[in-house]
Amino acid sequence: MADLSYDLKTDQMVLNFGPQHPATHGTLRLVLELDGEVVKKAEPHIGYLHSGFEKLGEYKTYNQWITLSDRMNYLSPLANNIGFALAVEKLIGIDVPERAKYIRVILAELSRIADHMVWLGTHALDIGAFTAFLYAFEVREHLYNIFEHVTGARLTTSYTRIGGLFRDVPHDFEELVRAFLKYFPGVLKELHGLLTRNRIWMDRTRGVGYLSKEDAINWGVTGPVLRGSGVAYDVRRNFPYLIYDRLDFEIPVCDEGDVYSRYLVRMEELVQSMKIVEQCLADFPDGPVNYFDHKYTLPEKEAVYDTIEGLIHHFKNIMPGHGFEVPEGEIYVATEAPNGELGFYIVSDGSNKAYRLRVRPPSFVNFACFDHLVRGNLVSDVVAVLGSLNIIAGELDR
Amino acid sequence: MLENKTIIEAVQDKFPDATFEEFREQLAIRIPRDHLFDLMKFLKEDKTLAFDYLTDVTGVDYLKMERDPRFDVVYHLYSFKNNVRVRVKCGIAETDMDVPSMVPLWKAATWLEREAFEMFGFQFKGHPDLRRLLLPDVFEGFPLRKDYPLRGRGERDVILNLK
Repeated sequence: MADLSYDLKTDQMVLNFGPQHPATHGTLRLVLELDGEVVKKAEPHIGYLHSGFEKLGEYKTYNQWITLSDRMNYLSPLANNIGFALAVEKLIGIDVPERAKYIRVILAELSRIADHMVWLGTHALDIGAFTAFLYAFEVREHLYNIFEHVTGARLTTSYTRIGGLFRDVPHDFEELVRAFLKYFPGVLKELHGLLTRNRIWMDRTRGVGYLSKEDAINWGVTGPVLRGSGVAYDVRRNFPYLIYDRLDFEIPVCDEGDVYSRYLVRMEELVQSMKIVEQCLADFPDGPVNYFDHKYTLPEKEAVYDTIEGLIHHFKNIMPGHGFEVPEGEIYVATEAPNGELGFYIVSDGSNKAYRLRVRPPSFVNFACFDHLVRGNLVSDVVAVLGSLNIIAGELDR
Repeated sequence: MLENKTIIEAVQDKFPDATFEEFREQLAIRIPRDHLFDLMKFLKEDKTLAFDYLTDVTGVDYLKMERDPRFDVVYHLYSFKNNVRVRVKCGIAETDMDVPSMVPLWKAATWLEREAFEMFGFQFKGHPDLRRLLLPDVFEGFPLRKDYPLRGRGERDVILNLK
């Protein structure tokens, strides 16, 4: 009798994920090599949104580039505005007035909440929990109304200027933020009720996309991904900027290193952000929002029309080919954006434009370890891991 | 808190050819390429310095400043133990773009070096997978070099088959 041995086909299958896939949030493409349902290799192909922001930084003046910073992490444009303004201010060596610092901190923390809400809504939606998405986006809507009221735009805020802000906040700003702080804890409780002890949520996220403490440091990840792996590193605490050294807040850390722990870290950050905003409002100073020297900031309109100095300063700031000059030198300044460390490395040759403007984007560095995270997991976990990293394609590709 | 002075002394002791710059309290170490990898290894593995975290890898093209060598490859390191950052810079001449890869020390360098390669053309020796990352595979030229025009050289038309 013939020997009946069957050759079972065990070829690896290549699956193309994206670039237009609902779970990629923006345009990025993953090429997954699958053995059955297990991911053997994941290769991200990125760059679909590459727009040359760094190159443009060499051609635009510092204040012009602020509009480009909006378009990097488009879920929290204010955080980018603030990070860039801080870097240039440090390069020049000026310090913004107290009121501007408070406004910047409040808006940075509110954008953190808005960013985390989009993250949570879409992350939960990807895994199959639809309801959380509706709650989360309602919160974002509240915040975007506040941002629109303050900056005049919902997304392309461009609110900071070098040496201060575009304008002071409206008179009912405090009232609006207080109303939000009153409304938000209730929603947060609902979201915790929907997800935190939800059996399906835990099954889908616990033990998935594991990143150990050593690997997290070796891969250079920052933000909630790093803190979700048990490293208490937060730029707000380690290199305090603005008024963070005077505020009382905790850095949440979780040791598990999986998708669930990154979820817990971000959820706790929401509470801490609220705490920070409350403290700022309790102690909100009056005064100017722009640096006193109008060589760097625009003067008041009255001064422009009534005085020769005001007119000259206005012209010098606005006219093409002019603008303020910064000292020759180079600087690296980082801020804690919602996704992690957003760094700006600026080389100045002493002119009104940066000689070299480097953005160190958190998403880019966090995403580099993606293959390491999903290898050996199931193909359905890829979406969970991708959601937990909160990749923003605009910032990833710049 | 580790003082800049302590770092300078520790590095100077081991690497006499290193030079130092300070601007706004930020320390930058400049090192010839031959000793770059050894310096990075020393910074990472030294018990007191312990710069165990690679924050950023990038490059600068000094063509318009007319400096020799033309390029700098720039690393930003951070030490969890001392909560200090340091910048390491290494001059690279246009004629010889080889740079030792830092992937054996930090995996974080994998993508950062790929980006620096495609933007400036640094050849990172020892990198496991040095390919273009953000730009299309068929792209030629290095966009962040100063002699590359802002609006490109028409690559977009070629890629989109418009011409």
